[in-house]
Amino acid sequence: MKKSATFLLTLLIILILSGFTLMMMPIFRGCTGEDDEGSGFSVAMVTDTGGVNDQSFNTSSWQGLSGFAKRTGSRASYVESKQSSDYFSNIDRLADENTNLIWGIGYSLADVVQWAAKTNPELNYAIVDYSYGDDTPENVTGVVFRAEESAFLVGYIAGKTTKTGKIGFVGGIKGIVIDQFEYGFRAGADYAAREQGRPIKVVVQYAESFSDAAKGKAIALKMLSNGCDIVFHAAGGVGVGVIEAAKEKNCYAIGVDMDQAYLAPKNVLTSALKNAGRAVDLVCTELFEGNKIGGKTLSFGIKENCVGIPESNPNLDPKVYISAMKIQDEISEGKIIPPYNEQEYEKFRVNDINQ
Amino acid sequence: MSNAVNILKKPFIATVISVILGFLVSLFVLSAAGYDPFKSMAVMISSIFSRPKFITNVIIKSTPLILTGLSAAFAFRTGLFNIGAEGQYIIATVVSTLVGLVFNFHPVVQIPLVIISGVIAGALLGGFTGFLKAKFGIHEVITSIMLNWIALYTCNYAANLEAFHKPESNGTYPINKSGISMLLYDWKFSEQGRAFLKDNSLLNDIILKTDLNLNFLIAVAMAIIIWIIVYKTKIGFEMRAVGFNHHAAMNAGIRVNRNIVYSMLIAGALSGLAGALTISGTSNNAIQVLSVFENNGFNGLAVALIARSSAIGCIFAGLIFSGLIYAGQSLQFKIGVPSEIINIMIGVVVFFVALTKMFPAIVEKFFMRRSENVK
Repeated sequence: MKKSATFLLTLLIILILSGFTLMMMPIFRGCTGEDDEGSGFSVAMVTDTGGVNDQSFNTSSWQGLSGFAKRTGSRASYVESKQSSDYFSNIDRLADENTNLIWGIGYSLADVVQWAAKTNPELNYAIVDYSYGDDTPENVTGVVFRAEESAFLVGYIAGKTTKTGKIGFVGGIKGIVIDQFEYGFRAGADYAAREQGRPIKVVVQYAESFSDAAKGKAIALKMLSNGCDIVFHAAGGVGVGVIEAAKEKNCYAIGVDMDQAYLAPKNVLTSALKNAGRAVDLVCTELFEGNKIGGKTLSFGIKENCVGIPESNPNLDPKVYISAMKIQDEISEGKIIPPYNEQEYEKFRVNDINQ
Repeated sequence: MSNAVNILKKPFIATVISVILGFLVSLFVLSAAGYDPFKSMAVMISSIFSRPKFITNVIIKSTPLILTGLSAAFAFRTGLFNIGAEGQYIIATVVSTLVGLVFNFHPVVQIPLVIISGVIAGALLGGFTGFLKAKFGIHEVITSIMLNWIALYTCNYAANLEAFHKPESNGTYPINKSGISMLLYDWKFSEQGRAFLKDNSLLNDIILKTDLNLNFLIAVAMAIIIWIIVYKTKIGFEMRAVGFNHHAAMNAGIRVNRNIVYSMLIAGALSGLAGALTISGTSNNAIQVLSVFENNGFNGLAVALIARSSAIGCIFAGLIFSGLIYAGQSLQFKIGVPSEIINIMIGVVVFFVALTKMFPAIVEKFFMRRSENVK
């Protein structure tokens, strides 16, 4: 008796559940049908583990991608990677959806993008902040930034603004991307020094981290008490500490990637912007207009309006801003080519002295 | 009607009901957030079941969750709260990666070496937590939370070691090929492998597009072994006795402290196995600088809760969990639903599982009232 009742009840539950599922089937199916509105063009991106709200690279890229979609009536979407083991399946997932252009955001995805491009030769891929050099597959576009140009600008501004003649640079972990910032900044400071006819010393230290704000603060405090009055950082989360140190010592810090003035409105001199979103938008537009973009690495700088300094810099002397804008034009026209690594920097210095 | 109450008291049925309730609540959340709930459900279901690749991926991604879930469940059974599963997982990935990079034997030796070194690392970290509890009475939750952070920063240190750091990345080089346990790893990327797979779409889907490996079978085997240890061996009996009441266990002549250390050693080894298998069997095959926890261990706690600390239940809970996470990413991509909704769904399921005792109580009350009315 008891057993049969149990059995009946279980049966009833199963029946109700399966009935529900059957009833819902047509609705499910109807809903999954692709609703292709607009141009039928679709773009998508995979974030690194920072997620789409990292207030930096991923956020900026997503703004660029969704802006492009709005303008052209395309479909834009993103997938966040929760773990580095998600990169592979996320990039692969987008390949099933007939996405016209698939973005990997950040160099962490370099390997999986290359793999996916090989397995799906009919699809287009792009990666931010990474160049495959001569090995770029036919359907992959590398997107890199001439960050040395904005670093040169802020180096120049720092050189013009400093009172002590000593400025600091705090780097994250040494590498190609951070080298652009370091040597661009050094060269900019040298340029300002020559213009003013006084020596300017650049103190450089690396935090060996992109997240340790406390270390950034310690390094910056040491620099500031050793006679520097302006510090520039290219160190992600470490920079929060650098800016905090500038606030504490009432000196100036220079922000990076985004306009970081909101972190310390009175102590951020300016920021070396790196606008990934605009580059993403530009590359999408190229493909949308039917141009071939694969097989090469595109470089974005001042000319493309992807790097630079913010328009409003309340702490900056307007005269310095105006001369910085002149430098910006010269870089844009190719009259000044800021160095992006140590070798180029040495060459730049030699030329500078000869001039 | 008391039958219904009895059925609801069965852990399996109660858990299934909790999961369904969790889904229903998330439907409400979805519609409240302005997304079509039925469409979302449809996308979730189709993104798990509509292709062999999706099913394979869910199974592959469930493996670490099942193992860390087992680790937490085993600790629960023995009266311990292994919140250190996260740290044990991380330290295992670190040790496995370093061993996999330094040594380069034949795969028959290399793969077990890579995996076992990770297991030992996890076990030692877990065992250390147990030792601190047994010897000095420091609560395992406090020590293991601290050890989680130590493991995280050890990982970041190791990922930046000059000898292993891959330039222009934020991690190490992948481990030597001999230590990679993905099936047909070399063959599937070779010319003839690709040519063969091209003609066979099912195999192409399963083999080429996923990190096909045997880790899931290892996880299932571990679940069975843990079940046997807990219920069929003397040491399992002793550990459970300690978990129920360690004073009583001590009076019965069971060595409480030794059992605490053993139990944490085993729990640590399970989390370590999860980490080691991830390094050996899924792509990247390397550690990365971690800015936050990747939640493999913490999700394991939730898996153990959903499974109600049953070893076999962990297999299913792990599958549900990884299915939810995997489908959640599709949901994000296809409809633009933020991944937080998936976290809400998981949270609600865990919440209802914790409340399963409520269901029979409700039915009982409802039924008793009705019978009173009849009278």
